Amino acid sequence: MSVLVYTESDKGKFKKNAFEVASYAHNVAQELGESVTAVTINAEDDASLGNYGASKVLKVSNDQLNTFNAKAYANILAQAAQAEGAKVIIVSSSADAKFLAPILTATLSGGYVPNVVAAPESTVPFVVKRTAFSNKGFAHTEISSEVKIIGVSNNAYGVHENGGTASVDEFNPTLGDADFATKSVEVDKVAGKATIADADIVVSGGRGLKGPENWGMIEELAEVLGAATACSKPVSDLGWRPHGEHVGQTGKPVASNLYIAVGISGAIQHLAGVSASKTKVVINNDPEAPFFKAADYGIVGDAFEVVPKLIEKLKEFKAQNA
Amino acid sequence: MKILVCISNVPDTTSKINFTEGDTKFDTNGVQFVINPNDEFGLTRAMWFKEKQGAAVHVATVGGAQTEPTIRKALAIGADEAIRINAEPTDGFFVARQLAEIVKNGKYDLVIAGRESIDYNGGMVPGILATLLDMNFVNTCIGLEVDGNNATASREIDGGKEKISTTLPLVIGGQKGLVQESDLRIPNMRGIMMARKKALNVVEPVDAPKPTQDQKFEKPAAKGPVKLVDADNVGELVNLLHNEAKVI
Ligand SMILES: Cc1cc2nc3c(=O)[nH]c(=O)nc-3n(C[C@H](O)[C@H](O)[C@H](O)COP(=O)(O)OP(=O)(O)OC[C@H]3O[C@@H](n4cnc5c(N)ncnc54)[C@H](O)[C@@H]3O)c2cc1C
Ligand SMILES: Nc1ncnc2c1ncn2[C@@H]1O[C@H](COP(=O)(O)O)[C@@H](O)[C@H]1O
Repeated sequence: MSVLVYTESDKGKFKKNAFEVASYAHNVAQELGESVTAVTINAEDDASLGNYGASKVLKVSNDQLNTFNAKAYANILAQAAQAEGAKVIIVSSSADAKFLAPILTATLSGGYVPNVVAAPESTVPFVVKRTAFSNKGFAHTEISSEVKIIGVSNNAYGVHENGGTASVDEFNPTLGDADFATKSVEVDKVAGKATIADADIVVSGGRGLKGPENWGMIEELAEVLGAATACSKPVSDLGWRPHGEHVGQTGKPVASNLYIAVGISGAIQHLAGVSASKTKVVINNDPEAPFFKAADYGIVGDAFEVVPKLIEKLKEFKAQNA
Repeated sequence: MKILVCISNVPDTTSKINFTEGDTKFDTNGVQFVINPNDEFGLTRAMWFKEKQGAAVHVATVGGAQTEPTIRKALAIGADEAIRINAEPTDGFFVARQLAEIVKNGKYDLVIAGRESIDYNGGMVPGILATLLDMNFVNTCIGLEVDGNNATASREIDGGKEKISTTLPLVIGGQKGLVQESDLRIPNMRGIMMARKKALNVVEPVDAPKPTQDQKFEKPAAKGPVKLVDADNVGELVNLLHNEAKVI
């Protein structure tokens, strides 16, 4: 038997979360005395997953699947699980994974726990730790169904290399028209830009920046750091930035290694959505801003002075460490 | 068109979260409950379908009698009828199974649910529900138009958005974007009075498995104090991020 893991790719290249979920699957498989089978869809370099703990890759190649389709992808995973006799399935916390996991759960009559932040605490009974209440708490959740589906939080378990190798088998699932009853007709995505979900670093601006014309320095800061840009809710409501950048409890969740908040007060709903980030930096001219209580590092100062200086110092740092 | 809006009853976003009974239960003491924000966007979109396309809008929740004020609020906002499935919603599969029964019996064309409940953050009820009933499903939905049997939806994806074409019957997991923030409605007096006369039907749950159980909760460890760096010494921040936090 094997632990199944869905390793996501974008235009053929594995996403970073693919290596993280494979590492996680490796841990679970060792605990259960099983091996890891990864499922890839139109990916290149499948064998590289061996280094993260997969011993076998079921490789699906199909042009119909170039654009993500939750139902079809879930069906592929269900067929792979059946072929491998897999009872534990590991997926990421990407928007795509959160879309397909419930479909897979119902298809296999399994139990699904998303937002898992650590390796299982025990496998009999099967208990995992996950975030709940928008990061204001954790739950230790038992999955008692035979089929168990785990959604691993971004950046929570980490990527672990182990020098292993994987065999690659072509896998040809049966797909029908019903799998494509929801069709993607247009994808609107800025190419080559770090996304909030994938980026190690996220730079976020709030209402303290006064207006959309002042975002140049936020974008420059993000560029120097290779970071994604984000914003608080009012900033997107005011139309200063696109809705897709809104982070927080009612926006996108952030679980980056570094989160830099500029001119954001740190309202409870904002913090709820970003507090899973490992290191938080706040730049705010009000020393009483609540964000300072939730941050690791802070600068009390005017963003319009501090951010340009920070950009300059980071450029010097990069030049020295290049 | 017959629309069912699924509403989960959740702590207000400003709530302090505490646990009780040896950390095995969420402590509802002093907590204000509201319509899950993602569902509020969905309900407001449903009102648009009602007003512009003559849709009938029902709301359903799986929960105990304590959830009725939240349901009444949905009626005051304009839903025509409400259904409460009388069971504690402790597992997403169980909840989806209950709602599936309602959707099947009520022959709904469109089910509007939320991307996730902000309490347990399961993010699974709409997807499971859609799959149990073999209905089409669009998650993280930020825009929806219906024309006869055809639906066009926008979905938020990592790094952008996607336009999807599909058909009814359809389930969506909605969120902010479905309507503008300024479209959200606060029930007025007339709505509140009318809501009192609308049907709130209580039904008993069907048997269904509960594949997950929360055994214990905990709060995040208290954070240490913030390390402040002088605004005139920004280089020190770069140094700390590199040498201490090791994130750059
Ligand atoms: C149901 C609900 C859900 C919500 N969900 C979210 C959510 O998901 N995400 C979210 O972000 N919010 C959310 N909110 C809104 C939240 O309550 C706050 O209103 C919002 O986060 C505040 O945004 P802000 O920090 O950008 O603005 P403000 O609170 O106005 O803060 C601006 C900050 O900038 C500082 N500042 C001003 N000038 C400067 C300067 N020159 N240099 C440096 N700093 C400066 C100020 O000191 C202040 O702290 C939600 C609210 C509700 C009711
Ligand atoms: N107890 C419930 N009653 C009715 N609908 C629910 C319930 N729980 C969840 N839902 C719906 O499913 C969506 C996602 O919830 P969840 O899967 O719990 O994160 C919510 O936004 C609601 O639309």
